[in-house]
Amino acid sequence: MKSTFALAATTALALIVASTAAQAETLRLLTWGGYAPDNVIKLFEEANPDITVEVTLSNNEEMVAKLRATGGAGYDLAQPSHDRIFAAQQEYNIYKPLDLSKVDTAALAPNLLEGVKANATIDGALYAVPHQWGTSGIVADISKAPDVKGWGDLCNPEYKGRTSMRLRRTILLGTAFSLGKDPFALYGDKAAYQTMLDEVTEKLIACKDNVKTYWNGGDDLSTLLLSGEVVVSEAWDSTAFKLYGQNKNLVYVPPETGALAWIDTFVIPRKGEADDAAYKWINFVMKPEIVKLMSDSTGAIAAVSNGIDLLPDDKKAAVKAAFDEKDLANLKFFANIPAGLEDMEGKALERIKAAASN
Amino acid sequence: MARSDVTKLSFILLFAPFALWIALLIILPQLGIGYISLREKVGPGEYTFGVSNYVAFLSEPIYWNTLLRTAWMSILVTAMALIVGFPVAYYIAKIAQRRSRAALFLMCLIPLWVSDLVRAFGWIVILRETGLVSSFLQKIGLVSGPVEFLYNDATVVMGLVYTVVLFMIVPLVSTLDGMDNSLIEAGYNLGGSRFTVFRRIVVPYAMPGIVAGCIIVFMLTAGSYLTPILLGGKNSMWFTEQIYEQFVTRYNWESGATFGVLLLVFTSFVVWLGLRLTDQSLASTVAKD
Repeated sequence: MKSTFALAATTALALIVASTAAQAETLRLLTWGGYAPDNVIKLFEEANPDITVEVTLSNNEEMVAKLRATGGAGYDLAQPSHDRIFAAQQEYNIYKPLDLSKVDTAALAPNLLEGVKANATIDGALYAVPHQWGTSGIVADISKAPDVKGWGDLCNPEYKGRTSMRLRRTILLGTAFSLGKDPFALYGDKAAYQTMLDEVTEKLIACKDNVKTYWNGGDDLSTLLLSGEVVVSEAWDSTAFKLYGQNKNLVYVPPETGALAWIDTFVIPRKGEADDAAYKWINFVMKPEIVKLMSDSTGAIAAVSNGIDLLPDDKKAAVKAAFDEKDLANLKFFANIPAGLEDMEGKALERIKAAASN
Repeated sequence: MARSDVTKLSFILLFAPFALWIALLIILPQLGIGYISLREKVGPGEYTFGVSNYVAFLSEPIYWNTLLRTAWMSILVTAMALIVGFPVAYYIAKIAQRRSRAALFLMCLIPLWVSDLVRAFGWIVILRETGLVSSFLQKIGLVSGPVEFLYNDATVVMGLVYTVVLFMIVPLVSTLDGMDNSLIEAGYNLGGSRFTVFRRIVVPYAMPGIVAGCIIVFMLTAGSYLTPILLGGKNSMWFTEQIYEQFVTRYNWESGATFGVLLLVFTSFVVWLGLRLTDQSLASTVAKD
């Protein structure tokens, strides 16, 4: 098996080498939907005529799973969230240390860069730089659910059969906060974390009857809200801001316990073959004029110093409608997931999914 | 001598694609899955061998309940596909005019030209709360408010029957097609009632087709992924989804591989049991010429 694999790998490698030698350089990007809009790719290829950009759309779990399957080959630049770097690198060794001198760090928001540095440094080597950030919170149709305040409202019987959530770790953390816990503070203590998870699981199983269905991606969520089938839902702020553009009643509500903030980063896979092109892309999309195009497509805020001001006008209005200074000060940034915790969370999610409702 | 060399060469050339297919795409991946399923993780990047993944499966009721649920619902789907498919196949093979037979058969095939995913989304558009059926029922005044048809087991079973019924019809048509009409006439002439003729002549003759169709449909259903998840929503719990979750969202290849092996073993066991109970063998059904 091993020799067959080696043979196949060599053949594939030979093909890749042959094809890259024959044509221009290719930058294979593994990223989120909306993070590589056509207009930005076009401008990038015009500025760098020798580079062609290939995009694969994915999500956090799939990015890590894909890179793990190949040992970090197949892509030249990936964009997992900042809490998915440390454990994944430690366990599977799928990323390459970054050379910060090749990144235009002056353009980056210092607090976000420091945040990512704190989360993505292993043995003195830095593995990620920030790109876009946003939050997870609640979106509510204020014409039908005007009093929504926080995560707990997803389980409010007043909205029975009219709420939705994404059955992933975010909702576990959000529910924990709504029960008055601080999951990040319990990260170091597995037993205490399990107790907290049990409580959260119980709450979410009881809540299952209240939930119409679990959404999986931005498109599901949009359809559920725009059709009026759901009036309160867990949501990414970027999706919520897009919805606000289509229906002014759909407002993003940062939960009173603090919206959960994530930073999507740039990482270079361990066997990436176009590092220079990757750095070029990173620096290119951080230019103010490109940030505007990018944020228009992602709906998220760029990790540059004046990120919010560089949002397109309608999104800026949506952000201003959703957040005040207090909400911004109250953001809860996802902390690094210590090894083992994700397994416990996975079990909890399975229990919730398998529990009977109605 | 040259002649036999040519024969040998043509045999090798003809056999090679099949052998490669089986070895590289079926056997090798299965061995890989089996190997991973026996690997135990002790720390980051450290592994030993053992059966703890299988023990973990047995000690967690959620997992085996899901497997049993998947098997049970797959059997239900198979039975319903047989009930729905048999009359259709009988009509096509025995009652329809010879000329219209091809057209009818083609009409059964047409849904297959569209991918599973699109067909599942089609059902979602029809059955969702703001969908066609719900608004139609409200319009004619049968119900007062919107009704949600999605996200329950009945919808999942219906969607699956719709997806797989064709694989029941095709083997049934080809078996029934080979049946001599005089057998049925003889049955009537000897005083058999419609039911007796059906039970004593048609069903035994069609048995290889029935069993072949049931095996294909059962395997397809137990291994399906999209339909149960899209139509089942918050209440779908399908074993394939567990496998995906283990591999992708939990990074737990070891237990994902274990589940894969168990699904294969378990469904094979159900098929074997079905063959034993109906007194058939693979040679007399699926591999029948």
